Amino acid sequence: MRVALFLTCVNDTLYPDTGRAVVKLLTRLGVDVDFPMAQTCCGQAHYNTGYRHEAEPLARHFSDVFGEYDAIVTPSGSCGAMVRELYPRMGERARAEGRGDGLATTLAPVVPKTYELTEFLVDVLKVTDVGAYYPHTVTYHPTCHGLRSLGLGDRPRRLLRSVKGLELKELPGADECCGFGGTFALKNSDVSAAMGADKVRNAESTGADVLCAADNSCLMHIGGTMTRLRTGMRPVHIAEILASTEEERA
Amino acid sequence: MPAFPKAAHEAVHNQTLRGNLRHATHTIRAKRANAVAEVSDWAELREAGKQIKDHTLRHLDRYLVQLEESVTAAGGTVHWAADADEANRIVTYLVKATGESEVVKVKSMATQEIGLNEALEAEGINAYETDLAELIVQLGKDRPSHILVPAIHRNRGEIREIFAREMSEWGRPAPEGLTDTPAELADAARLHLREKFLRAKVGVSGANFMVAETGTLVVVESEGNGRMCLTLPETLISVVGIEKIVPTWQDLEVFLQTLPRSSTAERMNPYTSTWTGTTDEDGPRDFHLVLIDNGRTDTLADEVGRQALRCIRCSACLNVCPVYERAGGHAYGSVYPGPIGAILSPQLRGTGSEIDASLPYASSLCGACYDVCPVAIDIPEVLVHLRERVVQGGAVTREGAKVVVKPAKGHAAERAAMRAARWAFSRPGALRAGQRVASRTRRFHPRTLPGPGKAWSGTRALPPVPAEPFRDWWQRTGGGKLPQGGKDTSK
Ligand code: SF4
Repeated sequence: MRVALFLTCVNDTLYPDTGRAVVKLLTRLGVDVDFPMAQTCCGQAHYNTGYRHEAEPLARHFSDVFGEYDAIVTPSGSCGAMVRELYPRMGERARAEGRGDGLATTLAPVVPKTYELTEFLVDVLKVTDVGAYYPHTVTYHPTCHGLRSLGLGDRPRRLLRSVKGLELKELPGADECCGFGGTFALKNSDVSAAMGADKVRNAESTGADVLCAADNSCLMHIGGTMTRLRTGMRPVHIAEILASTEEERA
Repeated sequence: MPAFPKAAHEAVHNQTLRGNLRHATHTIRAKRANAVAEVSDWAELREAGKQIKDHTLRHLDRYLVQLEESVTAAGGTVHWAADADEANRIVTYLVKATGESEVVKVKSMATQEIGLNEALEAEGINAYETDLAELIVQLGKDRPSHILVPAIHRNRGEIREIFAREMSEWGRPAPEGLTDTPAELADAARLHLREKFLRAKVGVSGANFMVAETGTLVVVESEGNGRMCLTLPETLISVVGIEKIVPTWQDLEVFLQTLPRSSTAERMNPYTSTWTGTTDEDGPRDFHLVLIDNGRTDTLADEVGRQALRCIRCSACLNVCPVYERAGGHAYGSVYPGPIGAILSPQLRGTGSEIDASLPYASSLCGACYDVCPVAIDIPEVLVHLRERVVQGGAVTREGAKVVVKPAKGHAAERAAMRAARWAFSRPGALRAGQRVASRTRRFHPRTLPGPGKAWSGTRALPPVPAEPFRDWWQRTGGGKLPQGGKDTSK
């Protein structure tokens, strides 16, 4: 199986540790993962802000880059949802606007092959115990697109529960949005910050050391809020937890 | 009305208001989840509701004609109003024809949408709201902030004070020594309202549904005040949006299950009133139905946006919306707040004003509203669709004619940035060059951002830029397989 890592532009630029963790984890599980250098951005920010026509070339580019692989794995629930939920919609809209089937046909092949990381582990590799060791108390925030668009369900929690040394704390109001929402964080910063502060307070109430999620964009917002509110908690991407092992900690 | 972010600013920092909203929405949210979980075929009911509404909207012309025929055959009179002004003129004329100068009202969002109370007042007619929450809003000289609980932003203490201060202005004063216990407040309202019911000769109502086959109107409510308004006056004027039709009585079966569970978390609503034209010696002798368009057929012309017309005003989307919870209902600048308001108002009114152009952005696209909606309106989809209209402009239908709207003001810089980002993202080399510049200059990055970036850094720390973007690491190490060449700059 030819597996490609779609890291996302945000992770590539700001969170390379998450990318290295995904590579390490998948390699450990016997997957030979490739990183196509021509990859850039799925177009989500454009699409969701109202620039669908700017997003279309990016979606085409995504298909060109990843079309030949058997599986595309991404450590981002929202970018995964962009491909799986919104690419088909972009194709439909182009058709409805009388632009023919071209876009839909171009985008169709990548849609069913794109997996969010925890989905890929549980559904494709069929593992929940990835042999990780992480001696911390952790609370898990299911990000909105992972939760509602992709329907990740309890996959991330099942993976976390199998991690040695990890104590999982339930997060009150877990399924409430953290307030990031892409450009929402800038356009409605008051409301966004209020949502972020509530999320952080809920996380703090669990007594966990670490808040983890499957999306660095949300973690950037939550983590930035934690720093300002001086909580002492750390935001960590789930890939980094699943990648860490006993040997390297010893 | 200022743009949403500005309108929300005050509410976000008003601790009492946020407390009131948080408490109310979280309580009803939990109750609703339980009420819905009890129904084993909720998903099917939701799909059925969606299909019935879509079918009706697709053949709206036919069903409206059928409705008019059945209402007329039952002794009622149907009036058509293209917009708010026309609707207000019709209702004012009808009230004046009775020679009365006051009317009692049962909650009707349609009349709020068109500003009927103000229009009547200008003609010397007093309109008394009789729904408890509406009464609180009216006495408090306030605006409604929720579809179902218009006074959700008020707590008991505030309500007591409003009653004690204002009731005497409008009729029977509040009893001496009124406390803020719910029973006493309800009693005070009941006594105050009873006088009005017994005196009024004209009632004005809305309707939750209109059944085309028989010309029957339906109101569902919890208090019974609506029933008083519908049966005691001699003349009844119902003002209803044209999208509220269902073809047959059988269709009601679906909505009478989904509406109460979604809105008040009840298995059944306490009062369901239906009325069909007029009946000798029983109820109003004169019945008028004013059907209002006010932007609805324009909305219907939009393929993506038209699903907003399925809405049965249950308010479930408001109660789960994290943005509504913080911003409050008033920030939405219309009688329809929350997620549904964010997609309905800019369609009914167009995206020309500041507030309407900002409403599609009043959401983090978290999707909770779509999840709970009993008629499966994909609110996030419509929000994004309307964002496109705001930033790009394009062809829309206004007053029945195709027009091309210009992009809303103030998006030029954003548009340029989006184009530049698209340009860079279409060229992996350009992206890489940008990442490298960011990495090399990381020591000089400010901790707070100027200009629009302040919106981020005012409340949240910025993530540090790493020394090496992932793709450089991948290339340098072959994905960790090569012996590490050169010095490791990643740490
Ligand atoms: S949009 Fe859906 S959830 Fe919101 S009020 Fe309308 S029917 Fe209810």
